[in-house]
Amino acid sequence: MTEQIAPKEQSAQSEANTAARRSRRLPPSTLIMAAGLLFLAIVPPLAYFTGNEFWLSIFTRLTILSIAAVSLNLVLGYGGLVSFGHAAFLGLGAYAVGIPVHHAINGEFESIATTNGLFHIPMAVGVCALYALITGAISLRTRGVHFIMITMAFGQMVFFAIVSIETYGGDDGLTIYERSSLPAISLDNPLTLYAVCFVSLLLALYLVHRIVNSRFGMVIRAAKGNEERIRALGFNAYAYRLLAYVISGSMCGYAGALLGNFTTFISPEMMDWTRSGELMFMVILGGAGSLFGPVLGASVFLLLEEVMSDFTIYWHLPFGIMLILAVLFVRGGISGFADRLLGAKRDD
Amino acid sequence: MDFSLFVVQLLNGLQLGILLFLLASGLTLTFGIMDFVNLAHGSFYMVGAFICATLTFATGSFIWGVLLAIPLVAVVGLATEWIVIRNLYPRDHLDHVLATFGLILVFDTLVQIVWGPAGIVVPLPAWLDGQVTLPGDIVFPTFRLMIICAGLLIAGGLYYLVNHTRLGMLIRAGASNRTMVGALGIDIKTLFSGVFALGAVLAGIAGMLISPITEASIGMGNEIIITAFVVIIIGGIGSMKGAFAAALLIGLIDTMGRSFLDDIFKIVMSSEAAETAAPAISAMLIYILMAVILAVRPQGLFPPKVR
Amino acid sequence: MTEPLLRVQGLQKRFGGVHATDDVNLNVIPSETHAIIGPNGAGKTTLISQLSGQILPDAGKILFDNRDITRLPAYQRAHVGIARSFQITSLFMDMTVQDNVALAVQAHQGHSFRLWRPARSDDHLRAPALEPLKTVGLHERADWTVSELSHGERRQLEMAMALAVAPKLMLLDEPMAGMGHEESMQMVDTLKSLGDQTILLIEHDMDAVFALADRISVLVYGRIVATGTPEEIRSNDEVRRAYLGEAA
Repeated sequence: MTEQIAPKEQSAQSEANTAARRSRRLPPSTLIMAAGLLFLAIVPPLAYFTGNEFWLSIFTRLTILSIAAVSLNLVLGYGGLVSFGHAAFLGLGAYAVGIPVHHAINGEFESIATTNGLFHIPMAVGVCALYALITGAISLRTRGVHFIMITMAFGQMVFFAIVSIETYGGDDGLTIYERSSLPAISLDNPLTLYAVCFVSLLLALYLVHRIVNSRFGMVIRAAKGNEERIRALGFNAYAYRLLAYVISGSMCGYAGALLGNFTTFISPEMMDWTRSGELMFMVILGGAGSLFGPVLGASVFLLLEEVMSDFTIYWHLPFGIMLILAVLFVRGGISGFADRLLGAKRDD
Repeated sequence: MDFSLFVVQLLNGLQLGILLFLLASGLTLTFGIMDFVNLAHGSFYMVGAFICATLTFATGSFIWGVLLAIPLVAVVGLATEWIVIRNLYPRDHLDHVLATFGLILVFDTLVQIVWGPAGIVVPLPAWLDGQVTLPGDIVFPTFRLMIICAGLLIAGGLYYLVNHTRLGMLIRAGASNRTMVGALGIDIKTLFSGVFALGAVLAGIAGMLISPITEASIGMGNEIIITAFVVIIIGGIGSMKGAFAAALLIGLIDTMGRSFLDDIFKIVMSSEAAETAAPAISAMLIYILMAVILAVRPQGLFPPKVR
Repeated sequence: MTEPLLRVQGLQKRFGGVHATDDVNLNVIPSETHAIIGPNGAGKTTLISQLSGQILPDAGKILFDNRDITRLPAYQRAHVGIARSFQITSLFMDMTVQDNVALAVQAHQGHSFRLWRPARSDDHLRAPALEPLKTVGLHERADWTVSELSHGERRQLEMAMALAVAPKLMLLDEPMAGMGHEESMQMVDTLKSLGDQTILLIEHDMDAVFALADRISVLVYGRIVATGTPEEIRSNDEVRRAYLGEAA
């Protein structure tokens, strides 16, 4: 995926690049991230207090989808693994809330019947980690197109499995009549729910930041560009990628648990493969392999959805055309574009 | 287990397999020759069904509907290739996936604008709408039998095309050695357009054939395309033979699983547990099969010799 | 004679009908620089790739340090002490020079399932990564992105990465490929300065080979036709006929 760039002959330019790097100036993408997070910290509560509760719910959805996109970015952006099945993690995470709550209210399966969030969240993360471990172990044996299609197929497998289970509503979905109960805070309060999601997004960003810059992260990123070489150096690329996949899946499952608490209605539709496509769209549009890019991508996606669906019921048409045009003409996503515009190399 | 029911389901599985082959053959051709991943392949399945529906009502005959729809789907395929797809060949697979995902949204919405949001049921002529009695007192819908025959004929035609014609030689050469075809002085662009349109037509025919059974509906291609992916993964991406074998295998296993898995489960567990577990397992059956095959052979059953 | 570090016995590899490696027997003694020469298409890179594990042989044995490594996967061969450089530079293009070497150092320090501490401010990685860069004379470029390096500098970086893991055996696939005369001579000096390092080397540049090698093996159509000191090879009739004659 990484293309080899011909060596630049002009040493003057190289010297300039080195000088720019030496100055340790903050790259524009870091500034954008700071501004973006500040915005997310201030504006949504403000919207709520000025009576625009609708906007708060949009921002809540944004932060949750952002966490999912950030988790996908870990494997797609940094690891170069084009996973087309991440919506399944979102769905599994949501059902890890929905199913225990369903039993807590309707009986049966005493052992998992609870509305306790301290059970739901480890459940969501754990189930997704296990699912990622099993499907990852098989998918990661393959490369390229095979990997894309196999992750897609496994995602669809979960979709059909949930559809076929009548107990949990099958096709019709499942209403979560009670949100996860947590000590000291109530997710029924929209502002509290937003705060939880926002803090979770901060944590997810920090976690991915630490991971991609660690020894482990260096191996994952290097394997993206040159897998053969990382093997020749003595790394078992497969094992590293599998762990990255499991971390990514668990994180996405956590986002799913939040999503279940936010929408209080979940259905297999949320893990349809086109949902995975939308997540990928967010990551690529925002800039794969940049820390904050997926959040930007998710923002643009939701903005388009809101604006265009007001404008026309056929909003998927301009959306699809944009996607095609973006692939054909824009490289590096919004972050890359912003960095190029402001004349600096991306380096995070 | 009821023997005639068993045979009927066997035939149903065969019919599903044939449809999957029509879809998968186009996918595997475009991948094998152009190294192109087309998520929007299912859109031609949908477009074929809708065009055929309109023409069936216009001409009053399903057969005419199909025959006239085929060239129109070819035109749609050519136009798509010309406007979008050919600009994507030099790009990497991630770009293919994203752009053709956009293409799906475009097709789904365009179909909704032209035909409206509701599905269209395509009427069959009386002589196809009935049932036939096969040897052994097995009653089977005439039309489904026709799908099987038509599909086998097309598969035979494809086999002849790939193995015994000049075009087929180019296709095989292209699949194993892209630069060689160029060196032979063949116009690559035309070859690619032709192959892409061929794939589109095959998918379109599958859509036309299924439309009287289900209906022509928006997004109908998006579900079956994943199953077609499973087919070519199992068969070995780029292999025609693999696509055929895997399509029949998947068609049979999926249909038989949905019909008989609960009976099998009842042998080893309580009937209540079996009725809960069987639908879930049978829905996952082909994916489990895919996982098992991949665990043993990551490149599929019949990987093309040279990649 | 000392016990060989690497012993290759009856190695066979066929691609279709072509014998890329045809019953190759080869010993590499500790501390020697052993060169493999041969005309284009003789199967030199195929041979190296079998030694480093990218390609598995059809038949024969590879013994390293008295251990059978014939079927060992590439990443584990690195752990037993074999490092290779690639003929076509194989680097991490969008990372810096020091990052590239640091990855090699990481590999040498055991597993890298360390997910928290930043690697780029880890002195246990950065300092050892600078050493081999100094050896090959690339330390001033440590902060450059690889894509900014010239071809010759990339070859030096390849060498630095192979050195960084302190290998028992270095496999070098045409380290001077595509270099100018001056750069080649610099590389020869670098290799000479490694002293006791055991090296198995493929090279086209005959001046470099005769300047460096303690022993030379000649590979023609997948077969080793002669092995000996540079003087013996120079005066070997069969070699002249099969190889040097053509080149001259």
